[in-house]
Amino acid sequence: MGRYILRRLITLAASLLLASLVIFALIEVTPGDPASFMLGLNAAPETVAALRDQLGLNDPLPLRYLHWVAGMVQGDFGLSYTYKVPVADLVADRLKISLPLALIALALSSALALPAGVWAASRRGRAGDALVMGATQLGIAVPNFWFAMLLVLVFAIKWRLFPAGGFPGWSDPLAALRALTLPAIALALPQAAILARVLRSALIETLGQDYIRTARAKGLSRRAALTRHALRNALIPVLTILGMQFSFLLAGAIIIENVFYIPGLGRLIFQAITQRDLIVVESVVMILVFAVIAVTFLTDLAYALVDPRLRRHA
Amino acid sequence: MKPSLALGAVLSAAALAAAVLSLIWMPYDITQLAIAQKLQPPSLAHWAGTDHFGRDIASMLMAGARTSLAVALVAVGIGVGVGVPLGLSAAALRGSWLDEVMMRGNDLIFAFPSLVIAILITAVFGPSATNAIIAIGIFNIPVFARVARAGALSLWTLDYIRAAQVAGKGRARISAEHILPNIANLLIVQGTIQFSLGILAEAGLSYVGLGAQPPTASWGRMLAEAQTMVTLAPHVALAPGLAIVVTVLGLNLLGDGLRDALDPRLRGRVA
Repeated sequence: MGRYILRRLITLAASLLLASLVIFALIEVTPGDPASFMLGLNAAPETVAALRDQLGLNDPLPLRYLHWVAGMVQGDFGLSYTYKVPVADLVADRLKISLPLALIALALSSALALPAGVWAASRRGRAGDALVMGATQLGIAVPNFWFAMLLVLVFAIKWRLFPAGGFPGWSDPLAALRALTLPAIALALPQAAILARVLRSALIETLGQDYIRTARAKGLSRRAALTRHALRNALIPVLTILGMQFSFLLAGAIIIENVFYIPGLGRLIFQAITQRDLIVVESVVMILVFAVIAVTFLTDLAYALVDPRLRRHA
Repeated sequence: MKPSLALGAVLSAAALAAAVLSLIWMPYDITQLAIAQKLQPPSLAHWAGTDHFGRDIASMLMAGARTSLAVALVAVGIGVGVGVPLGLSAAALRGSWLDEVMMRGNDLIFAFPSLVIAILITAVFGPSATNAIIAIGIFNIPVFARVARAGALSLWTLDYIRAAQVAGKGRARISAEHILPNIANLLIVQGTIQFSLGILAEAGLSYVGLGAQPPTASWGRMLAEAQTMVTLAPHVALAPGLAIVVTVLGLNLLGDGLRDALDPRLRGRVA
């Protein structure tokens, strides 16, 4: 187990190193000078040159890369060109909105998908199964920003139950939750559809295993075999998807946050990209990639702990 | 044929037909503005109504189908063109450094937030249909590489491949002559899925203004424009969304149906 963890840790470090190189290179080939963007169209060339110097944009490439990585390791993600505040503060600020939004969406999608998946699997091939599967096909096909527009049209404009956009801040938690409700539903729907399908197929797979037949032969009812034995084993792929979805929800909210004018992480990246605030883009993308890689690492580790068979093959 | 497969084939064919037909005929000229006719509800003359410039929405939808399908199709082409040779060579040289590098590279690309990178690429290199194709296509590469590798690996253990090796055929030739035709099923199914994902991605990119630019019609941008007048004329926001849903649903049903039909072992299982 120790050797397994060590090997996985080395892969983790190598992935992060490679990811940082890719992101740095991507930002490097990006046309558009941050200094000219900051100073506007009418800036004198000398001022732009001075600012470039001050930002360290004239340093040799390897030095700038090392500077960036060394800073990140110490929790210093640099200074935003447009906001003139540390990127770490910006991200922390935005996460206060994006994290709860992602968590609510995740909770909603699980609450929808788990019963639906179990129900469909237990009724495999019957009308209930077809109904759930049809609904999930529809859920996957609906673009979430269009679904968001429809939600606004019905629940915000027609019935005035929820605000159509904006975020009032957490000083009034109830108003804040109301502002996050429609975006969370819009985010949760396609996720729930995917999750329900994964759970259904995982359940059907485990229901065909020998130990389920044994449990049934012992006299366990279908329902008991399903909840006591099959569900627990089927949850492994579901947890993997949940882990992946979480990081997707953090960054994937980029369009939904734009629909609802919610100042979250997605909107921060979007604005940073359009304003060429490349240090923000660079660092936020790195943080997101780190989150995905770390979540994958932790899930792998959890599996290896639970299931010794996975240690040898990984 | 299962009803869902038939439905998928019909819906996909309808979207394709609309796109192809738009090349030679559309009910109205969408480059002509007719402000006097603006925001009309669906009628006999304009069966999907008109938009804020008085353009016929049905005609715009047809032209939009052309953009959506073209972007997604070429993006799938990039994924297949680069990913499949990569996956085949990785499988042919199983366990080699190339295999290792490719698999790790694949894992790495999957860790990147694809939408964010696509937005970055299109914002930085200029919003256009071409850059949207590249941004979507790049993320198709690892998907096809993975599918091709997995499919090829299982074939390499089979006797007839061994026989070909013994007969003196090289690894590259075996991959092209024996492996590729046998993983075509897998690639077609994956191609359908990536096609539908590409349409959703294109819609998202053009919705935030980073896809095809005016005067090229696009479903995503129609939705973005509709957003401001959704209270005045809801039909303007409904039609493009429905077009996306119908096309994506059709392609997904087609992909699932094909997978079941091509591989009897998978019948009744859906992922």
